Amino acid sequence: MSHDTRPSHPDTVPILREAARRLDQPTRRLFLRSALGLGTLTLLSGCDIVDGTSAERALGRMSDFNDRVQAWLFNPGRLAREYSESDITRPFPFNSFYTPNSPHMAPVIDPATYRLNVTGLVSDTSDWTLDRLYALPRVTQITRHICIEGWSAVGQWSGVRFSDFLQRIGADLRARYVTFRCDDQYTTSIDMPSALHPQTILAFWFDGSVLPRRHGFPMKLRIPTKLGFKNPKHIGEIEVGNDYTGGYWETYGYNWFSGL
Amino acid sequence: MNLATNVSPHGLPTLRQDKPLIHPLIVRATHWLNALATVVMIMSGWGIHNAYPTLPFRFPEIVTLGSGLAGALQWHFAAMWLLAINGAVYLSYGALSGRFRRKLLPIYPSDIIRDVRAALTGQLAHDDLSVYNAAQRLLYASVIGAGILIVISGIAIWKPVQFRILTTLLGDFDAARLIHFASMTAIVLFLAVHVVMALLVPSSLRSMILGR
Repeated sequence: MSHDTRPSHPDTVPILREAARRLDQPTRRLFLRSALGLGTLTLLSGCDIVDGTSAERALGRMSDFNDRVQAWLFNPGRLAREYSESDITRPFPFNSFYTPNSPHMAPVIDPATYRLNVTGLVSDTSDWTLDRLYALPRVTQITRHICIEGWSAVGQWSGVRFSDFLQRIGADLRARYVTFRCDDQYTTSIDMPSALHPQTILAFWFDGSVLPRRHGFPMKLRIPTKLGFKNPKHIGEIEVGNDYTGGYWETYGYNWFSGL
Repeated sequence: MNLATNVSPHGLPTLRQDKPLIHPLIVRATHWLNALATVVMIMSGWGIHNAYPTLPFRFPEIVTLGSGLAGALQWHFAAMWLLAINGAVYLSYGALSGRFRRKLLPIYPSDIIRDVRAALTGQLAHDDLSVYNAAQRLLYASVIGAGILIVISGIAIWKPVQFRILTTLLGDFDAARLIHFASMTAIVLFLAVHVVMALLVPSSLRSMILGR
């Protein structure tokens, strides 16, 4: 797959390069010692009472344990609350993984040349143009987007039910993971049961209009059963597979399942 | 064996070890595990708060655990198991053994006013540690309530879809988050009083360690 033909904002290049370099680092839960806040303990006690590496490892194991608990807790029949139009948050907040946290940094994607790549355990790996994607059956939801930082906002998204899309491409629905690789170099992955949840959609429209660039043009995964960072924007590739692929924030220690 | 003897008011020598047990081992163990879990939860919770402050201020980094949101969340979601499981053991014991009923009830407003007034004028006696005065009963009962509320509101903001009924009952996500924060504030205020009192009445601290 190649996204190089798509024009992008000149400022994004160095940031994207940096992001890509970080993603190359193989460690799943890569922390700097300072990220753990052990500096405080060291400062208070005047000596190194906690072995940073083993504390990191223990916390990482607890996070893995929490992944399993959440997968067990996840009930595919339980729906996120749907709101009325009067509840919609306007303007809807913008948030990104890159810095500065500015909509001007969002990638510029040409709808005419855009292609969605579908890879992995699927029977139909043909690319998708926007016209083809827009022609898919459409559902609409008004749900609450909850950010890991603690803020939340109600928005309206429309698009195709992701389970419909996975069936159309002949995905192996017994596979464990669905991975998203985005045109701003963001990546994340989700478990198959959450991918098949009825409220998980590939959204092409937002609040009655085409999904704007700031909110993920041309397409965003809207998954109201997970935290905001599990809702990737500007998706360029969807891969179905059995190997754990993690994601951008997961590499920095955000819990992988992050279910709501 | 400690053979030091006391003379009781009745003139009969008694072994020191016959001093009545105030806090059985299960209470002491759950107390100190809860103390550890609570401190970790509060410090990491302050770190999480700082990522997007509910109230317009940030906690100083030195009192947070896990500088940065990812680390703070990892501490929080690890210590929550200790808090919840240990809390469940403590509450089950307190309810089933009758300890809560014996130690915390009844709580009459008139007693509270009398004891708080006595406490503020320095006339409240702590000579019998096995009986809680009305002010203590109110404080301990309240902090148990705040502890239950902070776990319930915590579940409501951790899993607003899987435990949607809980989140709805608390007034949706943002309200549940405020309730979580308010419960934390109540617990911190309790801790301030509790720690000062323990230092002013060291025998109470000793009994929570040794039982007597």
